[in-house]
Amino acid sequence: MDNIVLQVKDLNVYYGNKRVVRNLNIEIFKNYITAVMGPSGCGKTTFIRTLNRMHEFTPNTKVEGSIILNGQVLDKMDPILVRRRIGMVFQKPNPFPTMNIHDNVIAGYILNGIRIKKSALNAIVEDCLTKAGLWEEVKDDLYKKGTFLSGGQQQRLCIARALAMKPDILLLDEPTSALDPVATAHIEELIVELKKDVTILLVTHNIAQAGRVSDYVTFMYLGELIEYGTAEQMFTAPKNEKTNKFLTGAIG
Amino acid sequence: MMNNVDTDKHFKLRKLKNKVFKYFLYFLSGLSIIPLILIILHIIKNGISAVNIKFFTSMPKPVGESGGGILNAIVGTLMLVTIASVMAIPVGISTGIYLNEHRKNRLSYYIQLSAEVLQSIPSIVIGIVAWIWIVLPMGHFSALSGGIALGIMMLPTIIKSTEETLKLIPHSLKEASLALGVPYYKTILKVLLPASLSGIVTGILIGIARIAGETAPLLFTAFGNPFLNFSITKPVASLPLLIFNYATSPYDDWHKIAWGASLVLITFIFTLNIFTRLFTKKYKVKF
Ligand SMILES: Nc1ncnc2c1ncn2[C@@H]1O[C@H](COP(=O)(O)OP(=O)(O)OP(=O)(O)O)[C@@H](O)[C@H]1O
Ligand SMILES: [Mg+2]
Repeated sequence: MDNIVLQVKDLNVYYGNKRVVRNLNIEIFKNYITAVMGPSGCGKTTFIRTLNRMHEFTPNTKVEGSIILNGQVLDKMDPILVRRRIGMVFQKPNPFPTMNIHDNVIAGYILNGIRIKKSALNAIVEDCLTKAGLWEEVKDDLYKKGTFLSGGQQQRLCIARALAMKPDILLLDEPTSALDPVATAHIEELIVELKKDVTILLVTHNIAQAGRVSDYVTFMYLGELIEYGTAEQMFTAPKNEKTNKFLTGAIG
Repeated sequence: MMNNVDTDKHFKLRKLKNKVFKYFLYFLSGLSIIPLILIILHIIKNGISAVNIKFFTSMPKPVGESGGGILNAIVGTLMLVTIASVMAIPVGISTGIYLNEHRKNRLSYYIQLSAEVLQSIPSIVIGIVAWIWIVLPMGHFSALSGGIALGIMMLPTIIKSTEETLKLIPHSLKEASLALGVPYYKTILKVLLPASLSGIVTGILIGIARIAGETAPLLFTAFGNPFLNFSITKPVASLPLLIFNYATSPYDDWHKIAWGASLVLITFIFTLNIFTRLFTKKYKVKF
């Protein structure tokens, strides 16, 4: 099927001897939002970090199985390239403190030494800030430090920064857990908007949030993928008892 | 109730104790600045009459002739500090980065230990080592050997300050860069180092301030030189050496020059310290 961007086969992830992701198989559909849910410590972060090979910076991590991105084996690709194709936004906003807003958006270009025309860069800045719903708020302050923004604005700046690399997939690891409800609502709207351009994997603890934004939902428990289905099916008629318990608040 | 009176008394006593303690602290902290103020006043009093433009631009005069300057010592000190910095800054920063990146491995442990030991080695011993390593093989004293001795003394300060500032940078910042597909080495050079620049520069300035006044390690390395010298392979004068030689001489004229040179040296170190403070404040990065 050509609407599958990412295919994970028999994925196992170990920290030392401890296996925290177990025989995970999943296919992620293009231009949809897939929520990754499960109780704390079940391996959500570990799982999505293997997708852009960020796990390689954690010592003693071992990964088995295969991940295929648009028909290419992830392991055989240049990790640098993988991370440009699969962007990531973290739990806590982390704009670069030494850079202004403008430079933060195009940080991927600046830091990688990618040279393109100034006018093209400016266009990217405006485009990505617009997509991140931040342009109107910051267009007059582009040359101020990004760290002066509010938490929610900083997170949208980080989303703009990830978008600027024109990724195929965006991994969001609890992007709103450090934000207040208003900022959260703002980001949720934004995520839904964004699926036109990118495929989104959203790790979230917030069941209501998954309900509001996601098209597909996965439920992980103790490192295993327990259930995977459309949001509608998962929320109305989960097949697995554990999923049901989690969604009704009995576990997690 | 009669209890009231009691508590009232107790309260008053506590207030008094508080006050006494407060003034006691004021007194002791005041006491600790007194030596500094006395030293500075004394140096200004004795040195100011020697200092004028000529003092900076002319060479020492032979015994008996009054006047004369310390140009050779100023040039020498600048040369020594430059050699020391050129050597210690890259090595120190790289070591600090290594320590921060590999916090738990064995090599880091030994490096950290060595840096701490190095810091506590008496400067004269470092001078002797530089003498054995460089002066003996070269066959003569040189600015190079003195600069290297001072560079070794600067190293621990730079290593420590680099490591400490890097430690304060949130891990998330590094991840932000790596997740954008920025290679590891570029992440360190372009994200971590700029974010810790203020701390690193502070360490360098403190290191320079520390070595600028060192005499002992120069006694048998840079040695001193009554003539103006710009060659790093020849002996070179320095402010502390000149002060040492002139102050221990029997001539009044030379004593005056030693005081003047002390004033210049102290002003230099003072300025460095103030500059360090300003720099730290202005370029501190908020996360
Ligand atoms: N660097 C590491 N070294 C060893 N064990 C780790 C490491 N990181 C995570 N773990 C362990 O792996 C398991 C999965 O952790 P992970 O962070 O993936 O969970 P999570 O589902 O993201 O949890 P949360 O919802 O709390 O963020 C946990 O038991 C955790 O303690
Ligand atoms: Mg997590």
